Amino acid sequence: MNSQTEILSIGSNMAKISAQNVNVYYGEKQALHDVSIDIHANQVTALIGPSGCGKSTFLRCLNRMNDVIEGCTLNGSIYIDGSDIYSPSMDVVYLRERVGMVFQKPNPFPKSIYDNVAYGPRIHGLAEDKTRCDEIVVTSLQKAGLFDEVKDRLNEPGTGLSGGQQQRLCIARTIAVNPDVILMDEPCSALDPIATAKIEDLMWELKANYTIVIVTHSMQQAARVSQHTGFFHMGNLVEMGETEQIFQNPGEQRTRDYITGRFG
Amino acid sequence: MTKRASHTGGLQISETAKARLKKRYRAEKRFRFFGIAAICCGALALLTLLTTVFSSGTSAFFRTELSVDVEMSSESLGIDLPLTEEALQSGKYKKALRTSFYAQFPGVSQRRDKRALAKMLSAGAALQLQAWLSENPDKFGETASVWVLAASDIDQIHKGNAPRDIEEKRRKVTDQQLAWYDTLVEQGRVRTTFNWAFFSNGDSRSPELAGIGSAIMGSFYALLVCFLLSFPLGVAAAIYLEEFAPKNRLTDIIEANINNLAAVPSIIFGLMGLAIILNVFGLPRGTPLVGGVVLSLMTLPTIIIACRASIKAVPPSIRQAALAMGASPVQTVLHHVLPLAMPGTLTGTIVGLAQALGETAPLLMIGMVAFVVSVPGSPLDPSAALPVQVYLWAESAERGFVEKTAAAIMVILAFLVVMNLIAVILRARFERKW
Repeated sequence: MNSQTEILSIGSNMAKISAQNVNVYYGEKQALHDVSIDIHANQVTALIGPSGCGKSTFLRCLNRMNDVIEGCTLNGSIYIDGSDIYSPSMDVVYLRERVGMVFQKPNPFPKSIYDNVAYGPRIHGLAEDKTRCDEIVVTSLQKAGLFDEVKDRLNEPGTGLSGGQQQRLCIARTIAVNPDVILMDEPCSALDPIATAKIEDLMWELKANYTIVIVTHSMQQAARVSQHTGFFHMGNLVEMGETEQIFQNPGEQRTRDYITGRFG
Repeated sequence: MTKRASHTGGLQISETAKARLKKRYRAEKRFRFFGIAAICCGALALLTLLTTVFSSGTSAFFRTELSVDVEMSSESLGIDLPLTEEALQSGKYKKALRTSFYAQFPGVSQRRDKRALAKMLSAGAALQLQAWLSENPDKFGETASVWVLAASDIDQIHKGNAPRDIEEKRRKVTDQQLAWYDTLVEQGRVRTTFNWAFFSNGDSRSPELAGIGSAIMGSFYALLVCFLLSFPLGVAAAIYLEEFAPKNRLTDIIEANINNLAAVPSIIFGLMGLAIILNVFGLPRGTPLVGGVVLSLMTLPTIIIACRASIKAVPPSIRQAALAMGASPVQTVLHHVLPLAMPGTLTGTIVGLAQALGETAPLLMIGMVAFVVSVPGSPLDPSAALPVQVYLWAESAERGFVEKTAAAIMVILAFLVVMNLIAVILRARFERKW
């Protein structure tokens, strides 16, 4: 594990994540065409685009969650901190410890709130004893802004929380293993506006310590939370740039049409 | 449109609509009646079954004893003090018991009458006397009143199972024996006690001595072997097929064959056990070990199907969550999928075991149908099994076995109820966790 830590930390002055000519196929169907992206550290990068444009597919490439989909193949390369995550020497388990993921629908484990957060540290050997484990659970819940709401019922099932609380529990679970990157796949699409606002505030706080990549259908959300935005269409990365520039002065006609609501 | 226009109020119903409504209500009523009728039919059938079984089986849990004043002296028993184990073993209890019993009826002197009188005592009475003496050695040399088992025919008369007001030649108990029996009742020398021996004894040719101890232990060991073989194998197979196996033609064929296996007539598994487990591997015939192996072949597909269905029902989002947390595929299954699939799997397992408990045909093929007097001490001793015991007793001619058959069925039903209760409790326990 140590050697891999070293590999991952080489070249920290480069982009945090660098994808080069990534092509993804689901069986015969090509889902991504030659996507090349640089994602910067300690920023929120939003990926927008109409349904089926490949933005979620790209997100799932970053922690190799596509590996479990049968018939899914990838060529091209993705570097995180300079090391190729698709090289044969890369351990998927270690990669996913470094690159956490929050899903569209809150999916806490059907276990207690405490066990939900403690699960990652336990399987990765981060919690040597009970006190250390308690510590991780408390700080993770605090970072996710959930601690005050659940501190009296840490042993109650995580599935008993409200939707927004469940999603923040999933975020706490993800940051409990202290990853470098957090991937969020439409994390607010199942939540009401108040819960959404809470998660967006959270992203602002988290970007100090983590690199966040978020897929979203809401352009307002992308504009609110991200510093960089990439627009996907039909499996192509149409345009990538600073969020302000993309929304105010897009370089491509397709981006302009999408942002102004002409299609999508 | 014109009809609508003719409505004055908003909710007025036209005549045709009224008729249609009426028809619909009638159809609904009819449908509900059919449903209730179906349930009533089922309940009635069950009630009939249970009433028959209980009314004819309850008496088997009781036994009739006669009190005999036995003279336990050196000359009557043929043994001397001290009463060592050996001395107790060699006593002539049968003779002593009979002599004392004859003495209770002063009018009996002829050989034929004596024989008829002796027939009122059970074949196991002498052994009972021996057991009594070894427990009460201080009574040696005295004449003590000892309760011993009555023969099955007397037992049946006393319980009212056998009719006594029919022609003499049509019943097994003679008028003379009936008169003696009535005298004994008058003297208070007949009593009914709970038949504990029914649960501990093995099979016997005498109905009053026959018990289901051997069958219970045989079934218990067979189910234990069956569970130990089929549960780990079934769960492992289900996990592999559902979570790890590639979806190709081979796994399709395997899946189809598992479903076929569940539908194979059980006697074929018995034949397979006979041909392979007994003849090729040479395991001991008629033992719970072999019975359990054969039954596990039947239970295995049930468990695999139940476990696969429960694994399939676990939402994929849980797997994704675990994988995204960096859990390995095996950790994902063991930490998250399997615990969630356990309640369903356990229910399936217990349903499978309950089927196995009632399965008779394969056990007949592998020789678990023998007349077994001893209670097995391990899965390697020959033994009976509960359903086979029912089968054996059901085809016995003697009246005494009728109640035994029903009682054995009651025991099987009790086992099934207990097993289902365990399933419910286990489910509740596992489900409380999440």
